[in-house]
Amino acid sequence: MDTLLTQILNSLFYASTLFLIASGLSLVYGVMRIVNMAHGNLYAFGAYVAAWAVGLAASTLHWSLLFIVLLVGALAAAAVGALLEPTLLRPLYRRPEEYQLLMTFGLLLILEDVMRLVWGPHPLTASALSDALGSISFMGVTYPGYNLFVIAVGVVAAVGLGAFVYRTRFGVMLRATSQNMRMASALGIDVKRVYVQAFTLGCLMAGLGGAIVVPIQGAVLGMGIDALILAFVVVVIGGLGSLEGAAVGALIVGFVRTLGITYFAEVELAVLYLIAAVVLFVRPAGLFARA
Amino acid sequence: MTLLATRGLSKTFGALRAVDNVDFTVRPGEFLALIGSNGAGKTTLVNLISGLFRPDAGRIEFEGRDVTQQSVNERIRTGIARSFQLVNLFDQMSVFDNVALTVFARERKTRSLFALADRDAAVADEAAAILAQFGLATRARMVAGGLSQGERKLLDVAVAYALRPRLLFLDEPTSGVSTREKAPIMDVVTSVVRSQGITAVVIEHDMDVVFTYSDRIVAMHQGAILADGTPDEIRRNDQVTSTLIGTVAPA
Amino acid sequence: MSPAAARRSAAPQLAAAALVLIGLVAVPWLFSTFQTITVCYGLVFAIAALGYNLLLGYTGLLSFGHSAYFGMGAYTVALLVKYMEWTSMEAFVVAGVLGAGAVAALFGIVCVRYTRIFFGILTLALSQVLWSLALKLFWVTGGTDGLRVPTPKLFFSLLTPAEDKLEFLAYRYYYYVLILFVAATAVMWLIVHSPFGKALQAIRDNETRAEFVGVQVRRYRWVAFVVSGAFTGLAGALWVPLNGLTTPDIVYWPFSGRIVFFVVLGGFRTFWGPIVGAMAYNYLETYAVGYTVYWQLVLGIVFVLIVLTLPQGLAGTAEGLLRRMRRPAPAT
Repeated sequence: MDTLLTQILNSLFYASTLFLIASGLSLVYGVMRIVNMAHGNLYAFGAYVAAWAVGLAASTLHWSLLFIVLLVGALAAAAVGALLEPTLLRPLYRRPEEYQLLMTFGLLLILEDVMRLVWGPHPLTASALSDALGSISFMGVTYPGYNLFVIAVGVVAAVGLGAFVYRTRFGVMLRATSQNMRMASALGIDVKRVYVQAFTLGCLMAGLGGAIVVPIQGAVLGMGIDALILAFVVVVIGGLGSLEGAAVGALIVGFVRTLGITYFAEVELAVLYLIAAVVLFVRPAGLFARA
Repeated sequence: MTLLATRGLSKTFGALRAVDNVDFTVRPGEFLALIGSNGAGKTTLVNLISGLFRPDAGRIEFEGRDVTQQSVNERIRTGIARSFQLVNLFDQMSVFDNVALTVFARERKTRSLFALADRDAAVADEAAAILAQFGLATRARMVAGGLSQGERKLLDVAVAYALRPRLLFLDEPTSGVSTREKAPIMDVVTSVVRSQGITAVVIEHDMDVVFTYSDRIVAMHQGAILADGTPDEIRRNDQVTSTLIGTVAPA
Repeated sequence: MSPAAARRSAAPQLAAAALVLIGLVAVPWLFSTFQTITVCYGLVFAIAALGYNLLLGYTGLLSFGHSAYFGMGAYTVALLVKYMEWTSMEAFVVAGVLGAGAVAALFGIVCVRYTRIFFGILTLALSQVLWSLALKLFWVTGGTDGLRVPTPKLFFSLLTPAEDKLEFLAYRYYYYVLILFVAATAVMWLIVHSPFGKALQAIRDNETRAEFVGVQVRRYRWVAFVVSGAFTGLAGALWVPLNGLTTPDIVYWPFSGRIVFFVVLGGFRTFWGPIVGAMAYNYLETYAVGYTVYWQLVLGIVFVLIVLTLPQGLAGTAEGLLRRMRRPAPAT
């Protein structure tokens, strides 16, 4: 019974981080029809910056304040996004879409090496935070408190993002732009601004995902591409461009990964692709595709 | 005698019944016009017959054979071809290659990987002849994307014609061109089609064009057939005049 | 284009190609061993780039997973050395092409159902699966240590490895690669100018219309995918003896990025672009690596600049300039 609960919590933990990454990827695609190949590296960037900031502040600040320092990682990724969209992506909207993909691919190459240049080849950690929360015992299991915190952040982010997209004025503009960019523009929506805001928000989510997992997993080179591929599996299952899809996809991938680590470690990735492939065959646009 | 017949053909998109239980027939050799306001279901009907969409219900018969379940490719081989309302060409290829490729595809020669396309004299001659028929011979070496709108419309029809169909659907062959250019385009299209004995169905909004060129007119409204008759009968049909043509029916 | 016109327009291109070929034949006499080997790497990468561009330039499919086929070509050779103790380069070439082609045929079944970004990420994901296998099945693949490959026998054992390995690579093996490069280029030229090649371009320009002139889009894409994978596999097989070792790095995603880079650098809208790009990249990398360990950063910046300012790539831009020089006053 206790192992089952632990497994469920592990799955929810994975699902939380996956949702943070995949929702940003999906949001950017939904609004701009661009799949950002560098998205995983923005997640990695968030992780590196958060670990670096926590490392700087750890000796001077009380551990509870370090949670706020983590946010620096998310904000840094958002800032990079706010910078990249107008300078490097905007000039390409009139060109065939290959060029937009190629551009984000170029950014993927650059960001990978920038992180190596700035932080070196060795992993960065921020385990002070996960250590500080220790373990919590309940219902007969002992579980790391920090992992519970990550699950909570995932849930809050899902609810918050949902409320933001479906309940606010900005959300209305986002959805209008995603459904018909020209019509939105004709109705007086500043599409340029919506694009940069959506891209920034997408990067913020990625950065938040990175910042939040770094106390557990550390920041390592290559984490970006792994995250990108898993996030892609999530959005393929859920439907690219759909927020609900990202949530459900993240849960499915989260649970399969937990099972995989226990029962079929070598072929875990292959099983995930198999699921994605089956979904693609049955529902080519994903489970929550919009018509 | 019918060449093509649909029986109870239906297609819905969400709540919209785009094509609703339509029995539509085409007789061999005729030049038929399909008219109706926007959203009447004309293009959806053509999309169903040409195989772009699968119908929700009903069947399609070509020369008495059920083609409802056939793929696009099988329908082309059976003899059904179409052009497109929004010009649909191979924009980065030359005008010549647009037609030549179609001939290669028809002859099943696109399966050969190790032969120079330009060395195939039979295909080159046929493509050149088709371009000449459509008055595009001087444009042969241009990129299709660089043609004027009128020329693009003609090339779109020429590409469909190069399949040597027995039944040719033309989806608004003169939309988007100036009034002055419409007659020359329709003259070329009708002369080519009639001289080869091809049966044609043309979707058209311009009533002058419709009444000048067609043998028979089928009017659609809200997914169903409203009227079917000769140009004279349609002109005298009050229902059609009031719903579709309004008060500007030409005398 | 009429046959006569086609012959006329192809003539200057063929003349230029012949000149370049004479230059390539002279390389081992004119340059040092090191530089000859550098050119040899360039030729190998050019074959991979040619194969890649059949998909990007001619079929309109952007793959981010061609490391899989390059790696498959390389590992097929390495495994034949390890388990079968084969030594004949001809056998390696055939096996490498077949191995990569087989994997491409399998992956292609899934990938060609999609286009655009779905295609791109599916190819990337599948190549990562292959990479993780190369890494994890270490008892077969040697894991991160990789597999060693000795210099093979060329031309049905008529030419055996020389005493000095570098000498062998810079002369005999260089010409071996050059011959296969010329053959591969000629075959690819034929393919893109064949009726099949026209059908691919039609699919690239307008998938729906291609279907409506009777081109079975998915089937043709699959064939293009397999041919593309086989060419890249040929490059992988030729690369192993040159490198002497194959590691999982060549199956990992940055290597796919490198192949994308070749083609974008040279220009994917022209036939020669990928070749120019692969050769130019090879020099860029050789010198960037000499100056800085962060060459991927340098290359990334060059890549981004090219996408922004030279969308036609080096060869495409040069072709445009030549055309403008020939016709100083363009008709409007």
